[in-house]
Order: sequence, then structure tokens, then C-alpha cells
Amino acid sequence: MSGTSSLHWLIGRLDLSSLPILPALANPTPSEIVAAVAALMVILGGLGVAVLITWRGWWTSLWRDWLTSTDHKRIGIMYIVLALVMMVRGVLEGVVMRAQQAAGLDGGFLSDGHFAELFSTHGTIMIFFVAMPFIAGLINYVMPLQIGARDVSFPMLNQVSLALTAIGAALVMISLVLGKFSTGGWPAYPPYTGIAFNPGEGPDYWIWSVAIAGLGSTLSGLNFVVTIFKERAPGMKLFDMPLFTWTVLCTAIIMVFAMPPLTVATLTLALDRYLDFHFYTNDLGGNMMNYVNLFWLFGHPEVYLLILPAFGIFSEVISTFSGKCLYGYKSLVYATMVISVLSFTVWLHHFFTMGQSAHVNAAFGVASMFIAVPTGVKVYDWMATMFRGRIRLTVPMIYATGFLTLFVIGGLTGVMLANPTISYQVHNTLFLVAHFHNVIIPGVLFGLLAGYHYWFPKAFGFRLNERWGAISALFWITGFAFTFFPLYVLGLMGMPRRSASYVDPSFEPLTWVAMFGAALIFCALATLLIQLRVSIRDRAQTQVPLGDPWDGRTLEWSIPSPPPEYNFAIVPRVVGRDAFAEAKERGQGYPKPAGYEDIEMPRNTMLGMVVLIGGTALGLALVWYIWWLAVLSLVVMIGAFIAKSFVPEPHRIIPATEVAAAHEAWLAAIAKASPVTRAQETSAENRGLAALEMPEGAA
Amino acid sequence: MTPYSSDHRAEVRHYLVGFALALTLTALPFGLVAWGGVARIWVLAIVAGCAIIQTVVHLRYFLHLDLSRQKREDVLLILFSTLILSIMAGGTIWIVFNLAGRM
Amino acid sequence: MSKHDTIHPGLNLGEHHGAAHDKAEIGAFGFWIFLMSDLIIFGLMFALYVTMQNPMGQAGGPGPKELFDLTSALIQTMLLLVSSLSFGLASLALRHHRSRAELTFWLALTLLLGLAFLSFEARDFAAMFAADAGPSRSGFLSAFFGLVPLHGLHVASGCLWLLIMLIQIRTLGLSDLVKSRLLKLGLFWHFLDIVWIGIFSIVYLGGLA
Ligand code: HEM
Ligand SMILES: [Cu+2]
Repeated sequence: MSGTSSLHWLIGRLDLSSLPILPALANPTPSEIVAAVAALMVILGGLGVAVLITWRGWWTSLWRDWLTSTDHKRIGIMYIVLALVMMVRGVLEGVVMRAQQAAGLDGGFLSDGHFAELFSTHGTIMIFFVAMPFIAGLINYVMPLQIGARDVSFPMLNQVSLALTAIGAALVMISLVLGKFSTGGWPAYPPYTGIAFNPGEGPDYWIWSVAIAGLGSTLSGLNFVVTIFKERAPGMKLFDMPLFTWTVLCTAIIMVFAMPPLTVATLTLALDRYLDFHFYTNDLGGNMMNYVNLFWLFGHPEVYLLILPAFGIFSEVISTFSGKCLYGYKSLVYATMVISVLSFTVWLHHFFTMGQSAHVNAAFGVASMFIAVPTGVKVYDWMATMFRGRIRLTVPMIYATGFLTLFVIGGLTGVMLANPTISYQVHNTLFLVAHFHNVIIPGVLFGLLAGYHYWFPKAFGFRLNERWGAISALFWITGFAFTFFPLYVLGLMGMPRRSASYVDPSFEPLTWVAMFGAALIFCALATLLIQLRVSIRDRAQTQVPLGDPWDGRTLEWSIPSPPPEYNFAIVPRVVGRDAFAEAKERGQGYPKPAGYEDIEMPRNTMLGMVVLIGGTALGLALVWYIWWLAVLSLVVMIGAFIAKSFVPEPHRIIPATEVAAAHEAWLAAIAKASPVTRAQETSAENRGLAALEMPEGAA
Repeated sequence: MTPYSSDHRAEVRHYLVGFALALTLTALPFGLVAWGGVARIWVLAIVAGCAIIQTVVHLRYFLHLDLSRQKREDVLLILFSTLILSIMAGGTIWIVFNLAGRM
Repeated sequence: MSKHDTIHPGLNLGEHHGAAHDKAEIGAFGFWIFLMSDLIIFGLMFALYVTMQNPMGQAGGPGPKELFDLTSALIQTMLLLVSSLSFGLASLALRHHRSRAELTFWLALTLLLGLAFLSFEARDFAAMFAADAGPSRSGFLSAFFGLVPLHGLHVASGCLWLLIMLIQIRTLGLSDLVKSRLLKLGLFWHFLDIVWIGIFSIVYLGGLA
């Protein structure tokens, strides 16, 4: 018996060749070296963070204040940190792919398999571990504040959802160091990801990271729906909710109903791979078309799940920085609802070419085109909101203008693709890649970045640097245009997507233009990180402890920055829309409460960490066939939940005197402070108290 | 043993009514399949009809849903879920059968 | 009994009063949403089953007529239906503040019926495996074993949950927490019976008709 097989029970199918660094030493091709460098970056990055934390002595506070916290604000911030870390990897991968295609005439520097791994990880990461956690983070932070709640309905479940998302991200990161990720693209179609074609660990990494993170999203969605229905401040009717909260409600409903098809698709694929089922195999009655159908039953609602909160953010940003209430609030709400329902009726447009009859294609094509109508309504509403407003071109507004112009182009190419005959022509070409990046980057990503700039001062008590922010935003906008507009042309010229190389020299010039754009996007990412560094360094000049740096309109601006853990010292009574803006106009923005009460808050819990560690172990065990570890981690996790259920839910009381002291101190600071006008918005004088000004023309 | 309150007894009766209905709606399709004598398409139609009615019976008698104002939101959630499910499941069956027919 | 007290286990999203009641209400609402999400999973497994229950999916292997046993399906159906009733009586015992023994009796009966259901189901599966009709045999059988045992798995976790609740009734007493958990378990149990209506109608009766 050889050494590895005698260890088989212990380490499954892991062996030394699973480490990418050794093959790179044995066979130093460029492709292997890139893989080894990536692995080293993960290892060194992880070690570096661990060393830094130890050196600064941060472990206890990390554990107590963050990892075991059930505070929705801290959970939200952790989601966003996760998203930013993963975004660095995702963008770098995008840049490497653009470099490969620029050099790709008759070759390039990466092997085909490595390129395939790159677009698979890039797509998976960008959707599941950048866009989704970024959204979940912003929702977590902002939505409870906007509805005047002290927390989400199920704080512990919230922590578990974060853990489930983090497990998925951890598995994708580990796949850089142990073995390989899938090469099957982000939808992972069988039979390409079936066991017969690919018996390796790659598809299994994809399955478990996506399935586990997907479960986390389902539970987040559930939590958000309940929170919005049950925790709104007294007096706040559904049609008084800020628009962001409305889009969150619709997104959360989509999460609840659209993640299950993904769960079904991934787990049935797993049954095929692990237990010799035949859902999607080529032989014995499997039908791989079923997988495609199931995946897009999830996949299409997913893109609306991503874009709707971005629409919500732009609504808040445009309204605030135009100093006007939203034009056509109700039409925006109805448009959001219509989009959510329609998003469940169009999934087939992702596989018009599968072979069903023209009637089926026509029905789904027409349904797809309909979505443009409510979306168009929204664009006009935003423009009308800006019309004659007191517009300030702060960083979020730069993103908003970039969004309004670029997103319309992306939407128009979407309407083109909704036409089955056109789709047949450009299916699987770079035209499609250009289209979806054109809606996802200016739409989702710009929205998220706008939200990051907009709410950052709320979360941390100081503003982000405007100059670096503007530079970064302009890099994103121009970089996007240079990277992706050429791909429309390349697609129409017939260049297939997912090509590691090509033989037609006429493709080459435009791939170089796209490479230049990718370099600009790289600068955008770099300046974004520089901005964060600079902003932290200069934070003494940008303090906004009083809480309202942008003359905000909704409840989250009516409390200190950063907010106390209980958010609202006194739960506000809400009358009407834009509650805080109205109160400020009446001169009652900061009422003195009649009295204070004790506040009950949930205690910290380790449950999320048990899930994080147990779930990561479970995922790895399944990927590498380490059965004892799979059983063990599952038993430990279930056991932890059961044990927890025997301990009555612990609470912690914050005494009224403590609440009163903090709140009174803040009110006193407000009474002393001098309000700033919008002209001084980005100067050091802005400490978060807005002067009452009437926007021109709004009277 | 303490005697049951009249409320309690009324509610037990409620459950029993539901149980009897469910029983009938189970016996009918099972009997039909067991003893046959009816065209297959009719059997299938009756099985489907009984299943739908029995689902409503369960919702009504075991889960206590009705059309009163108070429960309107509950009913709406269920109807919405049913709508989404029928779009998904119905669409899937339509698409895959259409494909199979062309292979 | 006030009016709204008589409605559990139900959804009850309307406006109500009382802090403990509100909390249970929020929990029940969340649980209903979870069930609706689960419903989509079941619905899609049904759709997969329907698309694979044909000669192409059977791939020359055995079909419903060779595999399914109507009597066994009927027995399982009855076990679940009676268990729904017994759970209902347990909820009534809880709400009308009957003795703890009475509540325990109905819950234990429900648990036994659930276990009986599972053993009949397991027996059927074992017979199928013995006849070389496991999930590896064909796409159709894969879809069957993806759907029916998924329901079985739910029932099994319901049984585990029941067992835990029987213990917690003793250790934690009939606290608000325990009551609201029993409420959710009731929703779960009745929901599984509704899914079973789909299974016996589509899989067993549809296959044998
Ligand atoms: C930030 C700069 C980005 C660059 C430079 C970039 C670049 C690329 C490239 C080169 C590809 C492969 C195209 C091909 O198939 O030939 C790709 C695919 C893809 N990208 Fe991006 N991308 C970026 C951002 C994003 C973002 C923000 C998202 C989503 C949130 C995203 C989602 C995807 C997806 C889903 C795929 C398809 C993967 C597959 O083929 O399965 N990308 N991207
Ligand atoms: Cu789509």
C-alpha cells in the first residue's frame, strides 16, 4: 500500500499535488507561475492579517465586538469588508483575463484550463461574493435605521447568514491554495461539470461554495422581509417607507423565492456527482436541459435582486443631493413591484438557443422586453427629481450621473438581446459579456459604491475624501467605457466569449483597447483603496458626530454618527414620507424626549462562529471526500443549534440613565453647534448639522 | 380529568370536520385508481381535483386560514407563493416538454 | 379566549397586541416565509419529476407500474393524516391550558405516527433498492429519489424536533418560548402533510393510474 492510499481515510483525495506551488516549481510555465503567485498572495495575505491583529492586540476586541456580535450595523460592516476583499480578487482576475486576450492572438500566456478557471472564479466571486454581500451589508446597515428599528427581527439568524456567506467565500479562496476551482463558468452547466467529464474537485468547490452561500441569502431575505413588515416605527405606513427600503423589500422577496431554484440546481448536481444519480447525465435518462432551466430560474431574478437595491440607493442619493423629495415616489414603488414580479417570467432569454420552438421563445422574448417599461419610468423619475433641484456634485452624485447615462445604454442592448432572432446571432459572443457588464457595473457596482460613500459617514462618524473619491469615480466610468464598449464590437464581429485565444488578427486591436480600459479600472480600484487610507488619516477634519452631513431626508440621519448600538434612544413616531426632512423644516428635527426607558438588546453569541468553522470544514470535507470530517462537522453544527435551543434567549438591558446621558449629551452638542449650508457641505465646518435652506425653485 | 370547555369542544369538532373531509378526498382518488373502470384521463383529472380541494381543506381546517379581513395578508402571501410556483413549475414543464417534442 | 387567540397555528400577519404575542407572531411569520421558500424547492422537485417520468427518463428501466405499491402509499397517507389530526389536538390542548400530560400524549402520538410513516417509507425504498431500482438506475428514479426522500427527510427532522420539544416541555416548562416553538412545529407538520398530498397524487396515483 502506498503512503497516500493508507492515509485515504484521513485526508480523502488530498495529496501533495493539490498544492499549486509545487507544480509551479516543477514546471514553471507562465500559467503555473500566475497560479502560484495567487496562492502565495492568499497565504501571505492571511498570515499578514493574523500577524497584524496579534501585533496590535486586537483579537479580543475582534471577537467580542465583531465576530460574536448580533448588532445589524456591525454585521453589515463585516459583509462589506468581505465584499471589498473579494472585489480586489475579482477585479484583478478581470484584468488578467483582459491581458490574456490582448496577448491572445495565437496563444497568450495562460493555459486554456487556467483561463477557464479564471472566468469561472471571477464570475462566481463577482456575483456571489462581491455584489451579494455588498448588498446584504448595505441593507443590514441602513434598512433598520430607515424604518426606525432597533435591530432586524432575528439578530442571531442574521449572524448565521453572514457566516454562511463567508463560508462560500472562504471555500473559493481556499481553492487557490488547495486544488483547483471549477472551469465550468459561473453557471456550471453539466455535462461539463458532470462527474464523467470532470471528476476533479473543481466543480465540487463551486457547488458547495454557492449552495452554502445561497442558503445564507435565503435566510437573509427572510429576515429582511419580516423586519420590514414587523419592525417599522409606529406610524410608518408601507407607503411612507423610504424608497431604498421599498427596493429592499422587493429584493428580499426575490431572495426568498429565487434562491430555492439555485439550491435545487446545485444539490441535484451534487447528487449526480456524489451518489451516482442521473438528473443531468448524458446516459440513463438524464436531461441536462433541466439544469439550464433551473439555473436561470434563479439566475434571472438574481440580476434584479442585485439591481433593485442599487435603484433604491440612487433614489436616495439623487433626492438628497438635489435637495428635493423624490419625483413620482409612487410610480417608483409600483415600477419596483412590477419589475420584481416580471423578473420571474423571463428566465428563458438566457437560453433562447436551446432548441425549444419559436412560440416559447417569442413568449419569453416579449415578456423580457416589457421589463424595459417600468425601468424607463424610473429613469425619468430620477431625471425629474434632479430638475431644478439644488444639485451638489458629490462623489455619490458622480456615480449617479455615470449610472444614468451608461445604464441606459446597457438597458438598450438588453432589449436587443430580448429579441430571440438577435440573440441567436450574438449568443455566446462578447456582445453578451459587454451587455451584462454594462448593466452590472454602472448599475449595481456604481450603486453600491455610491451607497458606500453616502452612508460611510453615518457608520464611522467621518466623511470620505472627496478628491480621491471623485478621481476613483471618474476612473471607474472611463475605465468601464474603454473596457466594455469595444466588446460590443468584438461580439458583433463574432468573437466568442470565454476564449483564451483566437486566430483572427482583426480582433486584436480592440482587445488592446479593452486592455487599456482594464488598466483604468485597476487604477479605479487602487484609488478607491487610497481614498480609504487617506480618509482615515485625515479623519480629524471630516468629523460629523452630529449625524446629518448631507441634509438627509430619512430617519437614519436623525441620529448620531456612528449611531449607538440601540440606534434610537427613543423610537420615533413617524408621520408621512421623508419624515426627518419634514421635521427639520418644521424646526423639530431634534425633539427633546419626555422620558427614557430601559432598552433590551440581544446578547453576543458564538453560534455564527461555530457555523463558520463547522461549515468551512464541512465544505472542504465534501470537496476532498474526507467523510469522517463531514459527519463530524455536521453533527457539531446541529448539536450546537440544539444545545442553544435549551438556553432561553439571553438579553441584556441597557439602563435608561445610560441612554439618557448619551442622548442628552448629543442634543447638547447639537444645540451648541452652528448649522452649515450646502455650500459648505464638503468643508471641515460640516460637523453633521444642516442649516435650513429652501432649494431654489422648489417653493 | 377536567371537562372540556365549550370553546374547546367546538374547535375539536372543527378539526374533525376537516379530518373527515380530508379522508373522503383521499379515499375517492385512491379508490378510483385501485378499482379502475374510468378512463385514465378522467382518473387523472379527478386525482388532481381532489388534491387541490384537499389542500384547501388543510389550509382551512388545520392551518385556520379563511377569507376574513384579519387573515387577508396571510392568504395573500400564500397566493403570491402559489403564483410564483406555478410560473416556475408550469414554465419548466412547458419548456422541457416542448423541447422533448422536438427531439 | 379572545378572538385572535383562536387562530393559531396560522399565519396571522394582522395587527395584534401584547408583547409576548407579538414576538410569537413575528416568529411564526418568519417561519411561514421559510415554508414558502421550501415550497418552491418541493415544487421544483415535482416539476423535475414530471419532466422525467416518461420512457426517455426511464431509460429502459422499471417505471411506476412496476415499482409502486398502492396499499403502502395509502397506509403512509393515512399515518400522516392522522398525525395531522393528533397535532391539531395537541395545539388545542396547549391553547386551552389543558394538563401537561394531555399535551404530551398528543405530541407523543404524533411522533409515533411520524416514525411509523418513516418506517413504511423506508421499507418501500429498501424493496426498490433490492429490485435494482435505486437512483442510479435511471433519470426517472433519480427524480423519484430526489423528491420522495426529501419529504421523508423533512418528516425525520420534524420527528427530531418533536422529540426535542417533548424534552423541553419538561425542562423549560410551558414558557412563551416553548409555546411559540410548538406553534412553528405545528405549521411545519401540517405543511408536510400538504406536500404529501402532492406526492401521493402526482407520484403514486398519477403513476399507477
Ligand atoms: C471590474 C472590472 C471587471 C472586469 C475587467 C471584468 C472582466 C471580465 C472578463 C474579461 C470576463 C470574461 C469574458 C469572457 O468570457 O471572455 C468576465 C466575465 C464575467 N464577469 Fe466580469 N469583469 C469586471 C467586473 C465584473 C463585475 C462587477 C461582475 C458582477 C458583479 C462581473 C461578472 C462577470 C460574470 C458573471 C462573468 C461571466 C463568467 C462566465 O463566463 O461564466 N464582472 N469579466
Ligand atoms: Cu435575464
